[in-house]
Amino acid sequence: MPGADKETELSERIEAFLSELKRCGSGAGSLRGSAETARETTSLLRRITAQARWSNAGDLMEIIRKEGRRMTAGQPSETTVGNMVRRVLKIIREEYARSRGSTEEADQQESLHKLLTSGGSSEDNFRQHFTHLKANVIEAINELLTELEGTTDNISMQALEHIHSNEVIMTIGRSRTVEAFLKDAARKRKFHVIVAECAPFCQGHEMATSLSKEDIETTVIPDAAIFAVMSRVNKVIIGTQTVLANGGLRAVNGTHTLALAAKHHSTPLIVCAPMFKLSPQFPNEEDTFHKFVSPHEVLPFTEGEILSKVNAHCPVFDYVPPELITLFISNIGGNAPSYIYRLMSELYHPEDHEL
Amino acid sequence: MMLISAAMTLVVGHELQSAEPKEEKQRLRKEKKQHKKNKKDDRGPPEKEKEKEKASVPAPSKPATQSPAHKAAPVPVNASASESPVAAEKPAKSKAELRAERRARQDSERASKQGKKEGGQQSTSSKPKATPNELQPVVKRLPDHVQVDDPVALKKLAKKLERQQKSGQGCSLNITGVKVPLRSDYGYKVSLFSHLHQYSRKNPPTQQISIPVTVIHPSIVRLGLQYSQGIIAGSNARSVALLHAFKQVIQDYSTPPNEELSRDLVNKLSPYISFLSQCRPLSASMGNAIKYIKKEISNIPSQCKEEEAKRILQECIDSYINEKIILASEAISKYAIEKISDGDVILVYGCSSLVNHILCEAFEKQRKFRVIVVDSRPRLEGREALRRLVKKGIRCTYVLISALSYILPEVSKVFLGAHALLANGYVMSRVGTSQIALVAKAYNVPVLVCCETYKFCERVQTDSFVSNELDDPDDLIVTRNGKTHLENWQTVKSLGLLNLVYDVTPPDFVDLVITDLGMIPCTSVPVVLRVKNVDQ
Repeated sequence: MPGADKETELSERIEAFLSELKRCGSGAGSLRGSAETARETTSLLRRITAQARWSNAGDLMEIIRKEGRRMTAGQPSETTVGNMVRRVLKIIREEYARSRGSTEEADQQESLHKLLTSGGSSEDNFRQHFTHLKANVIEAINELLTELEGTTDNISMQALEHIHSNEVIMTIGRSRTVEAFLKDAARKRKFHVIVAECAPFCQGHEMATSLSKEDIETTVIPDAAIFAVMSRVNKVIIGTQTVLANGGLRAVNGTHTLALAAKHHSTPLIVCAPMFKLSPQFPNEEDTFHKFVSPHEVLPFTEGEILSKVNAHCPVFDYVPPELITLFISNIGGNAPSYIYRLMSELYHPEDHEL
Repeated sequence: MMLISAAMTLVVGHELQSAEPKEEKQRLRKEKKQHKKNKKDDRGPPEKEKEKEKASVPAPSKPATQSPAHKAAPVPVNASASESPVAAEKPAKSKAELRAERRARQDSERASKQGKKEGGQQSTSSKPKATPNELQPVVKRLPDHVQVDDPVALKKLAKKLERQQKSGQGCSLNITGVKVPLRSDYGYKVSLFSHLHQYSRKNPPTQQISIPVTVIHPSIVRLGLQYSQGIIAGSNARSVALLHAFKQVIQDYSTPPNEELSRDLVNKLSPYISFLSQCRPLSASMGNAIKYIKKEISNIPSQCKEEEAKRILQECIDSYINEKIILASEAISKYAIEKISDGDVILVYGCSSLVNHILCEAFEKQRKFRVIVVDSRPRLEGREALRRLVKKGIRCTYVLISALSYILPEVSKVFLGAHALLANGYVMSRVGTSQIALVAKAYNVPVLVCCETYKFCERVQTDSFVSNELDDPDDLIVTRNGKTHLENWQTVKSLGLLNLVYDVTPPDFVDLVITDLGMIPCTSVPVVLRVKNVDQ
């Protein structure tokens, strides 16, 4: 039967995606960028919408939530997966509300006033059936995909507003967003970039070679020299893995030191992060925040006998509190960290924060 | 003999002065002196040699306590004035005065040239009578190793190294290639650091020395190679190795006829010191040790027999090592152990011999604590510290410096070692120390620096750029997963690698400095220096 075929094909694809997520995450840093992950997640969700069997919005949301939970469990540190799932859920709610004819704004806000006046719940079972819902949802997801494709370009277009000539810019590790940002600025301005190599994965080396190919004056420094050279740096521009709900960052390890050094010298810290990295998580869940990889990176097996007597740690991420950040540059423009909570409420529905 | 030679130089001086411009005059005078030296090699040339060297390497009033890095221009007038009555006899007093005058003129010219070159430094000729007991001479000539971007300074250094090949015995001078080698820089230097040298470990300066070496003692050659290859690293280790090498030199030294040991030995040491600083710039502790040795040598009474003098010097060196390094570390351990309580989690960075000693002592005294060793690329010295601590049986954790924010919430104290303590309270130490102090401050963890007093130095510095050391940039290259991204960094024009060795930590990050004199705040360093100077 064609339906069964489609279903098995769908579940195969989901399985393939899950296993790739698991495999990539255990490598040193993501082998594929977050943008790619986001795109793949969204296309997979579009496929689910198109091919899975559902009759009303509630069913669809259930299906997507279930698959979303499985995908995030596969690689908890890859938060873009969860973010895309939440975006799609929000799209479904919006389309449903539009089909019903009611305005979405009223449903959104959870204010004390509303709680008192509405009395009952503004709960919707999402059980009504609309024929065009599927087409609308798929169209909206297509729009989301287009937005995803343009994020890096949107961010790099703002580069010239933030970089003047003869600046010294510092960055850490490797971020494709920052790379595109700096390369775009280098087309018109001349500046100097210092890259901290970010041991033990040393992704800064790749970043430096790629930047120097575009004729940007680049210097590679070891992590230990970050504070030593910070006094000559004009701006710090970094990428991040996730932007948290309070405006803080979950970024590659070493970023907190960099942020503290920048604060000490009153150097502005600019974070280039597209909107799909914004996650409704808060940083206080200590046990789920950190991710560790094999301590072999830090203390290799060649060290021999002391290995059994020593604890070696190799965390991958660092928390950077929002007080140390000056500006977020995203595809919708520049924002202060104190505004992040507002952007989040536009992207995700509060009930979807817990998948 | 000496009078005749003095008279001749005087005559020469007067002739030249009237006729030619001042640089020409100096050069010609030097030539004439060389010429005279070749004709009569007796007491005359070494005397002039010594005078010329004293004039060109001006010393404070105690001529032996100079270090090659610090030269004070105004004092030689004093020195020559005090020296010439000693050197000359009664009837030559007038000639000595004239010579002093001439030297004063030389120095004022040199000072004016120096003023043009280094701009902004006080005119030294305005202070002809600095009494060194009250005021240290404010102006010190910049050390050579931070003037790499100045071609005039480089030429001067090259000439000085050449000149040093000729000091010493007056025979067999013209062996080619026998001189203190001048090391050349390697690789693209980041523009902020173009005033510093950057050497490659693959070209040690010992390759440029041919065998046999008549000027440089073999144990010094070996020491230089050990420094440049990083076999001996760490300020205590380097100082102790230097002192042992000097003991060997003194052992093998024999006073040439008609020479005084106290003066000739000091001259012998100068090319060695230049060679060592070519291998690797001298540390503050080494500088202080050299000052001490030179002072001791020049204090040897002239009627002392050679064997006796050598024995005295060996004893001096031994007692210096014992007092300033070994006993000092015992004293520091005693103070520091008071600060370690049971249940502490102590963070250390890199491999400091002093901090390792403190931790081992504390462990022996049955304190219960565990240690977190933080390490950084490219030197990875923390692994050595880790091995030593684990061998003792201390429980250790090991992380890289990028994981510092992760590990700091567990830490109760931070112990750091120092390379030198500067007079304005800044701590000069291995690169990364300031970062650790910064993040520890942000987490409100106390930072304790342990440093012996012989590492205190009179320099002041506010950032890590003006005076630092650049290590071999190829050390940063690493191969991961079979790929070496920076392999051909030399071919890419706009790519530079920066491998700093030291950095300075501001005093507000440091809570306490533990020295052999007690526990002092960072800002009390100049007080200790003053007390030390008064003692000496």
